Amino acid sequence: MVGGAVIHSTGLDARLVVSRGDEFTLDVSLSIPEGHTVALLGPNGAGKSTVVAAIAGLLPLDEGHITLDGRVLDVPATDVLVPAEDRSVGVVFQDYVLFPHMTVVENVEFGLRSRKTPRRSAHEQAMSWLDRIGLGDLAGRKPNDLSGGQAQRVAVARALITEPNLLLLDEPLAALDATTRVDLRRTLADHLDQFGGPRMVITHDPTEAFLLADEIHVIEDGVITQVGTPDDIRLRPRTPYIADLAGSNLVLGMASAGLVTTDTQQLHIADTQISGPVLAAIHPRAIIIDRHQPDGSPRNTWETAVIRIEHYGDRVRLQTGDPLPLTGEITPDALNDLQIVEGSVVWISIKATEISVEKD
Amino acid sequence: MTKRATSSDRRTRRPPVVLVILAVLGLSVFVIPLLGLLARTPWSDLPTLLTSDVVLDALRVSVIASLGATAISAILGIPLAWVLARVEFPGRAIVRGLVVLPLVLPPVVGGAALLFALGRRGLIGEPLNEMTGLVFPFSIWGVVIAATFVAMPFLVITVEGGLRNLDPRYEGAAATLGAGRWTVLWRVTLPMIGSSLAAGLALTWARALGEFGATITFAGNLQGRTQTLPLAVFVAMESDRGAAVALSLIMVVISLTVLIVLRHRWWGAL
Repeated sequence: MVGGAVIHSTGLDARLVVSRGDEFTLDVSLSIPEGHTVALLGPNGAGKSTVVAAIAGLLPLDEGHITLDGRVLDVPATDVLVPAEDRSVGVVFQDYVLFPHMTVVENVEFGLRSRKTPRRSAHEQAMSWLDRIGLGDLAGRKPNDLSGGQAQRVAVARALITEPNLLLLDEPLAALDATTRVDLRRTLADHLDQFGGPRMVITHDPTEAFLLADEIHVIEDGVITQVGTPDDIRLRPRTPYIADLAGSNLVLGMASAGLVTTDTQQLHIADTQISGPVLAAIHPRAIIIDRHQPDGSPRNTWETAVIRIEHYGDRVRLQTGDPLPLTGEITPDALNDLQIVEGSVVWISIKATEISVEKD
Repeated sequence: MTKRATSSDRRTRRPPVVLVILAVLGLSVFVIPLLGLLARTPWSDLPTLLTSDVVLDALRVSVIASLGATAISAILGIPLAWVLARVEFPGRAIVRGLVVLPLVLPPVVGGAALLFALGRRGLIGEPLNEMTGLVFPFSIWGVVIAATFVAMPFLVITVEGGLRNLDPRYEGAAATLGAGRWTVLWRVTLPMIGSSLAAGLALTWARALGEFGATITFAGNLQGRTQTLPLAVFVAMESDRGAAVALSLIMVVISLTVLIVLRHRWWGAL
C-alpha cells in the first residue's frame, strides 16, 4: 500500500512521515474518499496520536504530504505548511479536551467565534446543535459536570459546527464505561453518517473499528501492516497482533432465553437475561475442532467444512463454511494430527461460556 | 488516667505535645510583632496621623509604584514566562537562573546594580539621558524600576509553572477549531492558568509594595517623589514613632485585605 497512492480530488490523501527522537518513525499512507470512514486500528504506542496531530496541523511532517479536497496542507519538500487554524480539520480528541473554563454552549460556539461569526449568530447555531443532540438543557453547565457520554456529544458538536472538510475522532469511546460505550457507538455511527466528508476513527478497540469503519488500516510500530474491509481483517488477519485483537468472530443475532438466533444457526449463551439484537463475539481459540462428533460439555456443536487454511507463525487459522462461517485457531501440530486439509469435514464445538454477548 | 483509650480518643489521636508547643511558638513569631504594633498604636491621634502629608505622600508613591511595577511585570513577565515554558533554546537554564536571581540577591545590591546601569552616569543611563533627557534615579520611574526588578520574578515563575501544568492539547484543540495564536492565548491559555496568574500578580504586587533596599539605593528617599511607605516607616522610626505606627498599620491592613480577597485563588495555585 505504501507509495503510488491515488490522488483523489476530494477527500484526504496523505503520506505521513514523522520521526521522533527515540528511534520511532511513523510512515503511513492514507487515502479517505468523501463519505467514507476509515478506522486506524492499532495498539498503544503504534503512532496513532501522531497521525492525528500531523493531519490536524499540530505536528509538522518530516517527509510526505497531506492533501485535503485537493488543497495541499503540508509538504516539507516544498516548504508548504498550513497552520492548524486554517486547515478545516475537525478533531474529537481523546478524553474530549473540552475547555473547562467555558460552559457547554461556549465550547460549542468557540469554533464559530474564532472565525469571526457574530456572537449572537454563533450562540444561536450552537444552541440549535445542542438541541439537536439533546443537550439543550445543559448549555449553561461546565464540562466537568457532564457525564462521559454527554461530554462526547458536546465534543462532536464542537468539532462539526465549523463544517470541517475532514473529521478525526481519536479514541472517541475509550473514556466511557462499558455500558455507555455500546449506546454511544450507535449514536456516534449516526453522527458519522450525517457528516458528508471523509472521516477517520482512531482506536485500539477492534469492535469499534469493525462497527464504525468502511475500511480498516491496521497500524503497528509506526507502519500500516494491513488494509482492508472489516471482513478482510477479521477473516484474513495478516499479523499475530491483528489475529489476536481483530480476529474475533462477530455474530449478529437476536437473543432470548439463553439463545442467540442468526439466520442460519442458534447459539447457546451463558447469559439468560439478555434479549433483543445482540453482538456475539467468539475468539478463534475458543472454537474446538474435531474430526468426529464430540460428546463433551459444549452446548454448541455442528458439522461443517474447512474452506480455507492459513498459516502464520506458530498458529493456523481455519475458516469454516455453512451454516455459520467462523474462524478457528489451532496449532500446526493439531492440524497434522487431525489430518485437516481444505475441504475436510469437521465438527465444531463452542462452550456457551466462551461466547461474549453485548447489546447491539 | 486509664490505659484504655476511649473511642473518641482513637478517632482524634492527640498530636505529640512537643510538636504542639513548637507550632504555637512558630505562630507567635508572626503574632507577637503584630500585637506590639497594636499595643503602641496611638488610637486617638490616628486620624490626624493618617492624613498627614508624610503619610499621604508615601501612600500615593507606594500605590503608583507597586501598581506600575505589577503592570510592567505582567506585560513583560507573561511573555518571558511563555518563552521559558514553551520555547526550547540553548541556555534556557541560564535564563531561568537570571530571572530568579533577584529573589535571592540582597535588594541593596540590586539597587546598586540598577544605579550602575541606569544611573545618570550608568552604562545605559548616560546615553539614554543624552538622547531623551530621561533620569531614572530619584524619580518615580526609579521607584517603579526598582520594584519591578525585585518583584517580577514572582510573576515569571508562577506563570511559567501554570503554563507547564497546562495540557497543551487544550491549545491544540482551540487551533483546530480555527483560533489563531492570539485568540488561543486570550481565550484558552490565560483563562486556564487564571489562578497561577492571579497568584503571581498578587505576589508581585505584595513584593513591590514592601520593597525597600533597592528603592532607597537606586531611587533615594525624597518625600513626595520617591519615598514609599516602607521608606517613610524607616525615617519615622527615628523622628516620629506615632507616624511610624500609623504607616505600619496601613501596610498591615492592605496586606491582610489582599490575603483575604485572594485567599482561594492563592492557595489553589501555590
